[in-house]
Amino acid sequence: MDASAIAADTRPWRDPDAQPFISVRGVTKKFGDFTAVSDVDLDIYKGELFCLLGESGCGKSTLLRMLAGFEQPTEGSIRIDGEDMAHVPPDRRPTNMMFQSYALFPHMTVEKNVAYGLLREGLKKSEACAKAAEMLRMVKLEKLARRKPDQLSGGQRQRVALARALVKRPKLLLLDEPLGALDKKLREETQFELIKIQETLGVTFIVVTHDQDEAMTLATRIGVMKDGMIEQVGEPREIYETPDSRFVADFIGTINLFEGRVDAAAPDMMRIRTEALGDVLVSPQSGLTQGQQVWAALRPERFWLTREKPENTRNAWHGHVEEMGYIGHMSQYRIRLDSGVLVRASQSNRLRDEDPISWDEKAWVSVNPAAFRVLTR
Amino acid sequence: MNALTRSAPWRGTAWAFGKLGLSGRSLVIAIPMLWLGVFFLAPFFVLGRISLAEAIIARPPFTPLFDRAPDGTLEIIASFENFRFLLEDALYRNAYLSSIRIALVSTVFALLIGYPIAYYIARAPEPKRSILLLMVILPFWTSFLLRGYAWMGFLRTNGVINNTLMSLGIIDAPLRMMHTDVAVYIGIVYTYLPFMILPLYANLTKLDGALLEAASDLGASPTVTFLTVPLPLSLPGIVAGSMLVFIPAIGEYVIPALLGGPDTLMIGRVLWDEFFSSRDWPVASAVAIVMLFLVVAPIMWLQSVQNRRGMD
Amino acid sequence: MRGWFLPLAVAFGFIFLYAPIVSLVVFSFNESRLVTVWGGFSTRWYGELIRDRQILGSAWISLQVAFWSANLAVIVGTLGAFVLTRFGKFTGRLLLTGMITAPLVMPEVITGLSLLLLFVSMELTLGWPAGRGLTTIVIAHTTFCAAFVAVIAQTRLRQMDESLEEAARDLGAGPVRVFFDITLPVITPALVAGWLLAFTLSLDDLVIASFVSGPGASTLPMVIFSKVRLGVSPDVNALATIIIGFVLVAVIIAGWLMRRTARRM
Repeated sequence: MDASAIAADTRPWRDPDAQPFISVRGVTKKFGDFTAVSDVDLDIYKGELFCLLGESGCGKSTLLRMLAGFEQPTEGSIRIDGEDMAHVPPDRRPTNMMFQSYALFPHMTVEKNVAYGLLREGLKKSEACAKAAEMLRMVKLEKLARRKPDQLSGGQRQRVALARALVKRPKLLLLDEPLGALDKKLREETQFELIKIQETLGVTFIVVTHDQDEAMTLATRIGVMKDGMIEQVGEPREIYETPDSRFVADFIGTINLFEGRVDAAAPDMMRIRTEALGDVLVSPQSGLTQGQQVWAALRPERFWLTREKPENTRNAWHGHVEEMGYIGHMSQYRIRLDSGVLVRASQSNRLRDEDPISWDEKAWVSVNPAAFRVLTR
Repeated sequence: MNALTRSAPWRGTAWAFGKLGLSGRSLVIAIPMLWLGVFFLAPFFVLGRISLAEAIIARPPFTPLFDRAPDGTLEIIASFENFRFLLEDALYRNAYLSSIRIALVSTVFALLIGYPIAYYIARAPEPKRSILLLMVILPFWTSFLLRGYAWMGFLRTNGVINNTLMSLGIIDAPLRMMHTDVAVYIGIVYTYLPFMILPLYANLTKLDGALLEAASDLGASPTVTFLTVPLPLSLPGIVAGSMLVFIPAIGEYVIPALLGGPDTLMIGRVLWDEFFSSRDWPVASAVAIVMLFLVVAPIMWLQSVQNRRGMD
Repeated sequence: MRGWFLPLAVAFGFIFLYAPIVSLVVFSFNESRLVTVWGGFSTRWYGELIRDRQILGSAWISLQVAFWSANLAVIVGTLGAFVLTRFGKFTGRLLLTGMITAPLVMPEVITGLSLLLLFVSMELTLGWPAGRGLTTIVIAHTTFCAAFVAVIAQTRLRQMDESLEEAARDLGAGPVRVFFDITLPVITPALVAGWLLAFTLSLDDLVIASFVSGPGASTLPMVIFSKVRLGVSPDVNALATIIIGFVLVAVIIAGWLMRRTARRM
């Protein structure tokens, strides 16, 4: 099950007429001299599970906190469901947040934690308790309703925090590193649970994370952030296959980058002259001019690794395997080309009795021109 | 007025305050601000005012600072007579100097006694550590006055120490310990020892035991290890503890009154006598103002040291 | 610092701390009027203490003063700490920081004298407080105890995960509600500690109370002081023993409570 597959039928961001549910326009946030978020524009659509991805300090959490209302933008505007949020305090926003630390009230039971938001809405105690119980059933915690947060495991706390944030059926749920505190195995299980819950309730999710795997698994779309700016927004596949910049290409997965200049462009092929690989043939990309500085980007798994020189391709280079790491489902290679450049390649291990190319062997690497992505920044 | 909740009674109150141009926020700030402004800050202005007045036999026993001149304008009658008096009379100068001396000597002794205890507790294993720490704090919770009183019974001519020493035949005649400066040192060290030990302890527990092992591994003897590793690292704790002893010791009244002799001059005592015995409120105020500077100066120094440390 | 030196120094330190207290307690059961000469076991000084109207009266005054001072100090100190840790920038922030920490280091004689002069001036100009007594002592004690409460509360507020308060805001509670629903319950243990400290400090204070009290409002330390100034007297030993006993019991109960909460965590 893949997150993007769920939303595959409805991808409103591909429809130019669709109305965004959340629209962030020119938002800047400064703390003194420090600019945490810089001139961000972002549209998020109903029912999305949008991931803000970036390293710590890139401004993703600040953006989330502005959506929740804990920080006011220095400039720009935020609209949720058509309503300007400028002077709306956090307690009157149609959003709820799941905190990184979970922020469970230590002096209240699980049940009271979950019912807290409902009681603030003015619900009767019995009603609130019933709804809280229902929500706890959904996250499979109904048996622990009378416990205090300090008597729960990390995974249980995470589910209480989720239940508490969801019980008010917010239009928008903000999740700050929701799986950050869980160990690896639990995190993987919980990822799919989160997607299932989001699908069932149809609430729009915005998830902040620094974990690219998590973002790729969860998101309908990812916004990659760097230094307070959004570098690229796109579906996980777009972000991985067609990154816009060296930063994004390098941040998501591994990549080989070869600097060079556009040499000649024909309608069906383009040549890039690089120092590392000599001339490289790539599929043509629009918007490039002759002599422009570019980077030919290539994922390691796009290299073909052979003992013999492949025929029918000019994108082939000879080298020898300096290092090889066997991971199980795949093997990773570091290959020193004859030009002295080190490239990273990987091959999946499909057959059990294969005789794979190994450490210290000579080998050829070759690339299909369409496998390159040409980056201009 | 989003500073208050949606519920009806709050909204009503909020609306009313909003009309007055007050937010909930400024109201919350106002409560501690007003209390401390009126009962902590304002008294110093009154103190300053009265230190410039003259003593008279009346109620209250000082001249007003403002007076209506015959033509109806307001006149300020300020005299620096009291401060000049303080400067000229050797009694006050000596009292200030001896306060500093007594506070300093007591601080050094508190450090000498407190440091080994703090060091020992910080390195002790857990159940023992908590118990020892509790034993250091425990006397602090008993009456301060009664702790001074306990020493009276100890140091008197026929007190516990003298009786013990004489019955053991170590001395023939009782030692004179009560009503001396030494008694005051003992009293101050005794009273403020926990204030010395606690910051030292807090500092020394942060000390990584591996550092000591590393030092001895590199060939340092225990004494050299102590002098080169924990001692310099605990300097902030030493400064903090010393300040916590020195500052209150300067203004101490009760201990010199109980244990000191008639010639034990301390500025807190002089102020007390000026006020309660001589009933000279203006001079007492002037003494207090000079004392204020005496206390504020080391604190400012400490603050600046800490700030510099924080910036590094 | 290894070997014999450290344990010896520590032993000396603890003897120094406890010997006077132990002798105080021992001699409270002395038959003889001469406090330091043993004349046989007796509880007669406890009997005299109970019959001493002046001591009982002043103890009652001290307890009242300490109770009200601790209550008010917790309110003023907590609000001050809350404002300083949660309100960000506001005009007068620096002033409030100074006013809330300065009483910690202010010599008692100065605090006492300046407050007395304030009360006298206020009485002259405003007609309040009329005379001095319980009210003025409570005001004075509240002011200096609030500083201690503020320090404790500030430490706790800084340690507290602020996202707890944000979570409550996020779930629809206004700022006032958040304070009473979340902040206050979470910092309650610190406030209890602050209250106890304020209560003890107030009960213990001699100097400030001497300045700001009036006729008929002598606190227990004031009465004890006037007695011991004249020399040692066995009924003070008895009183001291009772106080030490109370403190011991309180510490044992507090330790037991703390251990119980720690186990539940």
